[in-house]
Amino acid sequence: MSKTKPRKEKWNISDIQKWGPGRHEMGATIPESGNADDYETGGWRSERPLRDREKCNDCMICFFACPDSSIRVENDKMVDIDLEHCKGCGICAQVCPRDAIEMLNEIKACKLEEK
Amino acid sequence: MARKAITGNGAIALALKQVEPDVMAAYPITPQTEIAQNYAQYVANGDVVTEYIAVESEHSAMSAAIGSAAAGARTITATSSQGFALMWEMLFIAASLRLPITMPVITRALSGPINIHCDHSDSMGGRDCGWIQLYGEDAQEGYDNAIQAFRIAEHMDVRLPVMTMIDGFIISGAIGPVETLDDEQVKEFVGDYVAVNSLLNVEKPVTVGAFDSLGGWYFEHKIAQNRAMENAMDVIEEVGREFGELFGREYAHFKTHEVEDADIVLVAIGSAAGNVKTVVTKLRAEGRKVGVLKVRTFRPFPTEQIREALSGAKVIGVMDRSDSFGAQGGPLFTEVSAAMYGGESHPQIYNFIYGLGGRDIFPDDIEGAVEMLEKAAAGDTLAQQRHYLNVREG
Repeated sequence: MSKTKPRKEKWNISDIQKWGPGRHEMGATIPESGNADDYETGGWRSERPLRDREKCNDCMICFFACPDSSIRVENDKMVDIDLEHCKGCGICAQVCPRDAIEMLNEIKACKLEEK
Repeated sequence: MARKAITGNGAIALALKQVEPDVMAAYPITPQTEIAQNYAQYVANGDVVTEYIAVESEHSAMSAAIGSAAAGARTITATSSQGFALMWEMLFIAASLRLPITMPVITRALSGPINIHCDHSDSMGGRDCGWIQLYGEDAQEGYDNAIQAFRIAEHMDVRLPVMTMIDGFIISGAIGPVETLDDEQVKEFVGDYVAVNSLLNVEKPVTVGAFDSLGGWYFEHKIAQNRAMENAMDVIEEVGREFGELFGREYAHFKTHEVEDADIVLVAIGSAAGNVKTVVTKLRAEGRKVGVLKVRTFRPFPTEQIREALSGAKVIGVMDRSDSFGAQGGPLFTEVSAAMYGGESHPQIYNFIYGLGGRDIFPDDIEGAVEMLEKAAAGDTLAQQRHYLNVREG
């Protein structure tokens, strides 16, 4: 199977707010792929996952379970959680065999961050 | 070309075989018709290279057809009755994604009470799902429409799914004469399939079926969809004309018989249009000024052309093979009434609902309707606008 080539340029939507029915691609198709990345769903979150680096042994179970591909991995290590896309569903905390992920109230987590 | 004695189902399955699309996704068990069965046979015999996907429901049949068409394959399915109803939510998605799927529909009643026989409740219920709708009178028209559907759906100004209807059992199961074309003639007429925004084109990756919510462009996309419907109006005529030039059977949005100087015009759709024509011919011989207009294109509805064709009538009787509960009348009646309201002449318009659940309609019933309309034309306005033909009173 051939690999999809990386897209050369982004879809130019600089003035899309003004687009009428005639300007769009037929059938509401978006003429590029991989654009779910542009949709930041982190704002939906009411609970934030907090990982304990001491307990985590990089088993990657959370990586496979995360429905939003929000577990960031580099060099076989679980680096951190992508909070721009994490919706706070808590699946990672549920599946973690070492209880290394705790779900914190988002407002409390923000306040902790401010301190 | 050849002349065959064949059922409506058989004629349509043959048309599909001659086109030989890339994929057919169909639910092969009742309420499915012999179209899917015959096509499966063609696949099993190696007569076609089509990939046949036998799915687990009609909802899945339309879902698989959508996936296949989005991937870039020429795709078909077929349905009837409850199967049509189960496809419901996916019909809108096929149309809004602008996928040129074609689907013969054998029109049959919807439950309940449980009934499997002919009426138009299924397809008329789906009249606003964004599909082009062509109705045929007999197996010949079912065959011809099934072939033309590909050209209409795949036209670059249209790119909308097309459903072609024939009446359940009366036409679908009955054997009648059909002039069939040669395989090469059909393939040449339909041409090669051109995929637009194919999901399998890795050179030009696309996203199909994305979320488009508040603050988005859902509204604009719906308007674009309706513009494609408007474009289809001309394309259906162009394709019908070309079909006529090549094969001698020309098609338009509707066909008239004895309408020009008629005081009374009956408007009919589906197989009953043939019965009405027979009655009209008989009544004309008696000197009665009656005509019939047979509708082929119901979506997009040819409003202006029908208004023009009916402008000379004093009284119009619209015959519906489905009811619209709580509405002013059946779907064809409300459509024709709305068309006439926008015109100069304002004829009286009455609705005759007939044939629900496969109830027969006889020439006497049609003559009875004409007698009522003649009274109305003589100035004796009828008390009721909606009438039922061949029903038990009480």
